[in-house]
Amino acid sequence: MQIPAPFDYARASTVDNALALLERHGPESRILAGGHSLLPMMKLRLARPEWLIDINDLFELDFIVRGADAQGADTLRIGALTRHTTLLESDQVHALFPIITDAEKVIADPIVRNRGTIGGSLCQADPAEDLSTVCEVLGAVAVIRGSGGERLLSMAEFHRGPYETAVAHNEILCELRFAVRARTGSAYEKVERRVGDWAVAAAGASVTLAADGTIEAATIGLTAVGQTGTVGAAADALLGQLPTEALFIEAGRLASVACDPIADQRGPVDYKRHLADELTRRVLRRATERAHASATSTATQEG
Amino acid sequence: MTLIEDHPANPAAGDESRPIGYGRLQRKEDPRFVRGKGHYVDDIVLPGMLHGAILRAPVAHARLVSIDTSEALAHPHVHAVITGTDLQALGLAWAPTLSMDVQAVLVTDKVRFQGQEVAFVVADDRYAARDALELIRVEYEVLPPVMDARTALAADAPVIRDDLEGRTDNHIFDWEAGDAAETDAVFASADVVVSQEIVYPRVHPAPMETCGAVADFDAVDGRLTLYETTQAPHAHRTLFAMVAGIPEHKIRVVSPDIGGGFGNKVGIYPGYILAVVGSIVTGKPVKWVEDRSENLMSTSFARDYIMQGEIAATKDGTILGLRTTVLADHGAFNATAQPTKYPAGFFHIFTGSYDLKAAHCKVTGVYTNKAPGGVAYACSFRVTEAVYLVERMVDILAAKLGMDPAELRLKNFIKPEQFPYANKTGWEYDSGNYEPTMRLSMQMAGYDELRREQKEKRERGELMGIGISFFTETVGAGPRKHMDILGLGMNDGAELRVHPTGKAVVRISVQSQGQGHETTFAQIVAEELGIPPEDIDVVHGDTDQTPFGLGTYGSRSTPVSGGAVALVARKVREKAKFIAAAMLETRPEDLEWEKGRWFVKGDPSVGKTIAEIAMGAHGTVALPEGIDGNLDAEVTYDPPNLTFPFGAYICVVDIDPGTGRVVVRRFIAVDDCGTRINPMIIEGQVHGGLTDGVGMALMEIIEFDKEGNCLGGSFMDYLIPTAMEVPDWETGYTVTPSPHHPIGAKGIGESATVGSPPAIVNAVVDALAPYGITHMDMPCTPARVWEAMQGRPRPPI
Ligand SMILES: Cc1cc2nc3c(=O)[nH]c(=O)nc-3n(C[C@H](O)[C@H](O)[C@H](O)COP(=O)(O)OP(=O)(O)OC[C@H]3O[C@@H](n4cnc5c(N)ncnc54)[C@H](O)[C@@H]3O)c2cc1C
Repeated sequence: MQIPAPFDYARASTVDNALALLERHGPESRILAGGHSLLPMMKLRLARPEWLIDINDLFELDFIVRGADAQGADTLRIGALTRHTTLLESDQVHALFPIITDAEKVIADPIVRNRGTIGGSLCQADPAEDLSTVCEVLGAVAVIRGSGGERLLSMAEFHRGPYETAVAHNEILCELRFAVRARTGSAYEKVERRVGDWAVAAAGASVTLAADGTIEAATIGLTAVGQTGTVGAAADALLGQLPTEALFIEAGRLASVACDPIADQRGPVDYKRHLADELTRRVLRRATERAHASATSTATQEG
Repeated sequence: MTLIEDHPANPAAGDESRPIGYGRLQRKEDPRFVRGKGHYVDDIVLPGMLHGAILRAPVAHARLVSIDTSEALAHPHVHAVITGTDLQALGLAWAPTLSMDVQAVLVTDKVRFQGQEVAFVVADDRYAARDALELIRVEYEVLPPVMDARTALAADAPVIRDDLEGRTDNHIFDWEAGDAAETDAVFASADVVVSQEIVYPRVHPAPMETCGAVADFDAVDGRLTLYETTQAPHAHRTLFAMVAGIPEHKIRVVSPDIGGGFGNKVGIYPGYILAVVGSIVTGKPVKWVEDRSENLMSTSFARDYIMQGEIAATKDGTILGLRTTVLADHGAFNATAQPTKYPAGFFHIFTGSYDLKAAHCKVTGVYTNKAPGGVAYACSFRVTEAVYLVERMVDILAAKLGMDPAELRLKNFIKPEQFPYANKTGWEYDSGNYEPTMRLSMQMAGYDELRREQKEKRERGELMGIGISFFTETVGAGPRKHMDILGLGMNDGAELRVHPTGKAVVRISVQSQGQGHETTFAQIVAEELGIPPEDIDVVHGDTDQTPFGLGTYGSRSTPVSGGAVALVARKVREKAKFIAAAMLETRPEDLEWEKGRWFVKGDPSVGKTIAEIAMGAHGTVALPEGIDGNLDAEVTYDPPNLTFPFGAYICVVDIDPGTGRVVVRRFIAVDDCGTRINPMIIEGQVHGGLTDGVGMALMEIIEFDKEGNCLGGSFMDYLIPTAMEVPDWETGYTVTPSPHHPIGAKGIGESATVGSPPAIVNAVVDALAPYGITHMDMPCTPARVWEAMQGRPRPPI
């Protein structure tokens, strides 16, 4: 049995209560969500919080809701305490953002997915973490609350580097917002050494087609290969073009050049670059197919 | 298929539905396991028990400059802090290993591997013990480590074992088998010779339950009770008596339920000794249970063999000879567990299932700054490495000759009429009939159809591979004239008592770590006495309750202890005959046995059941001269030879050409372990071993960086397979009984672990044939497969 250093524990009853507890116990207090990143680190004594503020009773942070945002745009809102399993099993999520379902299928194992949360995943900001890439690809907006109120951050603002985010010690990530777009498809693919292992490398893409079938918008994200943010160059190469295999090959090449992987037990640098290329092509193909399908179903609905 | 009818001695074997005796019987131990009522070392709680934790070295090679325990001792919940210096004063700083070397219990002079034991804290609870470890201040002078066996013998390599008198290098042993000159001659005359470096990387048995102990030393009567995760309670008791100076009759070793061993729990670890010392020092029982990282980083690893293989054949595919030189990495202390005479275990069985003209092997063992151990992970004393070598070499030869690997194997098998077969390195194979087993596996696989499918797929650029391995195992150590461990002959005892009401208890010297002894051994007695297995209790794992014997490892339980149990039951049956004769007022020679009952020849209605005889024995029947009033017996069994199970495995893989990811699509395993006592347990053993094989072939490796850091110290880094990586196993069997074993049984515990890795790697290499690849080393991870596809396969070490 691995044994953590001593710590104290408090169970928050509301978001405000959690924020108050964080204030009271100071910088050595940490939020406990699913615990599947924090507890292993504590057991290895790599993390030594003095207080755990357990937010598992904050059911108000466990939701998936579609509706118009303040500007009237069609938005899917996902609460920070939503478990991986809930995301995996949601038909609504699958219909709107299949990239999330793709990713959830390959995150950890059922036991971890039953507890681990989207909020915890994003706040952990592990470079091999899958949902960060997914959120980047989907242009998600993070809703963060502190004692001073709420602030909204783009993923570029949210992520500060490996294991670092813009969420301050006395703040809580409350939800993630995803803009719903028509004629859009998305996909995620990961190579792992074994089921439940972290990614050797993974790629995600979202493609929006214009009415004439050309690519109106595209984003490409990479996991575990030292890529910060989405791969702008690869996406730019696609804009305004008809989606073709040649185009995807070029995007794959650009993705593999853009990333900056390191060699480790999962593989050497050249292999990971190769995967950035190979997987970018695969997810672009699949995202485009899904965008076509979505365009057809939108057209049918409109017709 | 070889049928059991060939061996009338065991007419029941192979009959899968027999109610009493052999057959599919649900495991007697399972009700407690499936209900969570197993009782493991960590479940043991004794009054006043304290908890120990070990401080481990953060570096691989360093001189110990100073150690300050004062702050840890000042911790309010700490009772004792023990260092190497303290042990030195007791003469316990070093303990003998199972390979006639010594191993530091706690570091006194120098750290020799990362994770080595430096100090031991005893505290009120395990939390305090862990916290106190952080209060011990240790100063190290870091030394350059030796992490690559290939350079361990270089003139400028740092000498790891400067504790050993006169030691000036890292050489442990050179060991040879076979005739070098004869082999050279055969090679010189051969049409075709192929050679290949083949690495079997360091892997770890990683049992679900880590190692641990609860030591309870009673200072008043000088008695030590030691609950341990051990596969060999009796051998441990004797060694503790020899090392710690506690008289053997004052030591009781108990091995309760064990959550997997695989050889990991054969040796005596410093933690066990420290728990004992902790109990002596504090006067209280002390529990020590290691965590997962400690288990992976410091306990017995497996393999770590760098093998240079060479195979010689004629143009038409007659294999003539095999030779190999091996560099064996034994880590910082030579602590492998194997029969004393064989420093490389049974590796010299590497001629496999083939009839060769000559063979020679030379193994050189070296020290490195890695954890000690070396014979573990269900390896049958290194038959695993041997089978891997020969089965890879045969495939490489097949590729060279352009022959189908199945055909090449069939052509070179030892023929049934050659058994008992003396191979070129000193083994006598007891029995075998390889071709029917091979043919059955090919038939189950639909071999020709698979080859057709592969051809079509290749034309489309898809990567599909078919891999074969045909292995001969060598298990059941062993005959006392050849085999001992530290002078203890490798025999096993059994005691059987039939109670007055006809229920029985059999006490065995081997210990189960999940193999199902409580069921299998009850079935052996049931078969011999004709009473239901439910009426027979199997007692094991407690030295106060069981006869002496060497324990469970190397698939030896059924070959050795199973023999003992069959013989002790026969002894009881013989005795029952005399008592029955007295009861029936007839002569013993006028009685005939049918399962469960002695009856009068020619008048089957007149007889006595075992239960009636038992009551008679303990009752008032006037017993014949020389027969005492019980129905008990005991034996110690010295097997005349080892047993040689075998099997034919076929694996089908698909590889994603874009990512290098390997998927094991099918796996066909046909095993022959002689008489099948409980086919369900056999299949369970095979399923487990095949899963192990997938792990080793595709993902498992304990790697180190140049500084000596262990990169496999957690289950995030050391991957073991899950249900998702394994296919639906397709198992089959043939039955070729052992001619010398009392019931014709051979071992099965490790067949699949031994036989499956080459089948999987052969399949991967076969899939990659379009890239011109003839060999790649394990583990076949996506990255390593991709590198091989780029034309630069890389040894893992
Ligand atoms: C065996 C295993 C395999 C895994 N494999 C993968 C994988 O393949 N891919 C993958 O992406 N992930 C993987 N994970 C991680 C898993 O997805 C975790 O669940 C996730 O990373 C963290 O979520 P959590 O809710 O458990 O967070 P916790 O562990 O509870 O918290 C993580 C961090 O986030 C902070 N935090 C949590 N919630 C909030 C919040 N609402 N606001 C502010 N801070 C917060 C915590 O204080 C902590 O610092 C794996 C985990 C395990 C144990």
